[in-house]
Amino acid sequence: MPTKSAALEQEMKLRSAAPKKHRRFLRYLPLYLMFLPGALYLFMKNYLPMSGLIIAFKKVNWRKGILGSDWVGLSNFTYLFKTKDAFNITRNTLLYNVVFIVLGTVIAITIAILLNEIRRKALKQIYQTVILLPYLISIVVVSYLVFALLSSETGFVNHTILAAFGKEPVSWYTEPKYWPYILVIVHIWKTFGYDCILYYATLVGIDHSYYEAAVIDGANRWQQVVHVTLPSLLPTIITLTIMAIGKIFYSDFGLFYQVPMDSGPLLDVTSTIDTYVYRGLIRLNDIGMSSAAGFYQSIVGFILVLLANWSVKKIGGEENALF
Amino acid sequence: MVEKNKSFQVVANAVMIFLSLCCILPFVLLIMSSITDENELIRNGYSLLPSQLSLDAYRYMFKSGGKIFNAYLMTIFSTVVGTSCGLSMTVLMAYSLSRRDLPGRNAMAFYVFFTMLFNGGLVPTYIMYTRYIPISNTPWALIIPSLLVNAFYVIMMRTYFTTNIPEAVIEAARIDGAGEFRVLLTIVLPMSVPMIATMTLLIGLAYWNDWKNGLYYLQQNKSLYSIQVLLNDMLRDVQALKSGMDAAAAAEIAATMPSTAIKMAIAVVGVLPILIVYPFFQKYFVKGITIGAVKG
Repeated sequence: MPTKSAALEQEMKLRSAAPKKHRRFLRYLPLYLMFLPGALYLFMKNYLPMSGLIIAFKKVNWRKGILGSDWVGLSNFTYLFKTKDAFNITRNTLLYNVVFIVLGTVIAITIAILLNEIRRKALKQIYQTVILLPYLISIVVVSYLVFALLSSETGFVNHTILAAFGKEPVSWYTEPKYWPYILVIVHIWKTFGYDCILYYATLVGIDHSYYEAAVIDGANRWQQVVHVTLPSLLPTIITLTIMAIGKIFYSDFGLFYQVPMDSGPLLDVTSTIDTYVYRGLIRLNDIGMSSAAGFYQSIVGFILVLLANWSVKKIGGEENALF
Repeated sequence: MVEKNKSFQVVANAVMIFLSLCCILPFVLLIMSSITDENELIRNGYSLLPSQLSLDAYRYMFKSGGKIFNAYLMTIFSTVVGTSCGLSMTVLMAYSLSRRDLPGRNAMAFYVFFTMLFNGGLVPTYIMYTRYIPISNTPWALIIPSLLVNAFYVIMMRTYFTTNIPEAVIEAARIDGAGEFRVLLTIVLPMSVPMIATMTLLIGLAYWNDWKNGLYYLQQNKSLYSIQVLLNDMLRDVQALKSGMDAAAAAEIAATMPSTAIKMAIAVVGVLPILIVYPFFQKYFVKGITIGAVKG
């Protein structure tokens, strides 16, 4: 009887599957255990606070706890977007990031190409080591360095550089018009070495025969850069740029808060979403407004990551996308 | 052609030397300001070649340095504990994810990766650490929030394992009867020295340089301040003094605040260990960050 034997076979299969599955699980148990500590930590660090995003829709009352607090709908958001702050911090965060991405990429690639052209191995090594130095120090120490340069009474710029040209000293920490430039310079100074090394590593990997072929075709150095070097760098440029666009709604809190020393007159050009959330939460203790700004940052930031990745998939093909 | 090449080399080197100076001179300025005589500082400002040197700042720091010494200990404590715990957790996680035969591996990798795409932000995190997992104002505040495991580092390390350690090697060890922990310790780790060195440097650097955890979670316990948090605090004192709202308060701050040179001296002490250790790790560091650029 074929039907009976088929049923029996099925039964046998089911019976043996359970212990097999069990054994398989036991075999991999150590690997799951290795995964566990980190997973628990990430759960606490990242997943638990995600649920806390609901705070943006509540009026927090500590006696009732977060879950027990009253819902207030969108009132935290209407309050936030009524102020001119909302526009200001969005504009600052986006514009600074766009400038950082464009200028940072151009500078890092230029220097990487230059570094690659240098013949003396020892010199190359020294340059590589030195340009990474600013990347290694904390933004607090960077704030001290900037202060040593820009302090109005004792700063190096006012005392030595401007004095040498016979110019009047500038009160840097109260003049907003200089800060967009200062912040861009400080950021690029701190990060160009790191980005440069990333591009340089890709450059070193380019097959030399491409250059030889280009030389035979009569290409000069500039043409080699345009037709061989840049196309080879493209995947790295795309990867780093999508990662940067994914973070375009975020800013380096230290750069915008510590470097200008939280100076009141500069706030228009130095406040970003991150400094705004910090000020609202810790200095003003305004949970409603800061959580609304934080929610806005998380959600729009997430949408931007997905959009950036999606557009790369559409334009550059599956292999260039991050996920 | 040769002539042209030579002049190009000169230009390229000149540009690189200029950039290197831009990277080094601010540090020289910092060190010089810390050994400049206080009166000279007030008269001529910070300068690369001060006419009057003095080690008073360092002398004062060592003599009255209870606060500074304590902060230094906190920095070392958080760096050592944080780096060793963080590194272990990162290695374990990355190794399990690197095993192609592990069932559920893709879902697990996504669980890690997703934390890079989306997060709850400062407000819920702050409330969690101050109200529900009360580590604020304890030494844990310097270690636990945000720095222990970084998803990007986990993925970077997994990529290193999958591209540098042949599956056959692990398979052979398994057949010989070695357990997973033993495989990791005796085979995988010795083959991953550059990556481990980079990771130690990256995580160690993050702890050594961290000031945000102290700023957020040590507001009521200044005795636990690490050196960076202390530096950050002193920076803001200058600010309070400068915007000078209340004359009495400003005078009080001025009286208790260390002098300008001392501040710079503390900053020097804060960066010096990095400047000393970095050249030894440099080779690994450059190799390591380039692995990070490879998509995971």
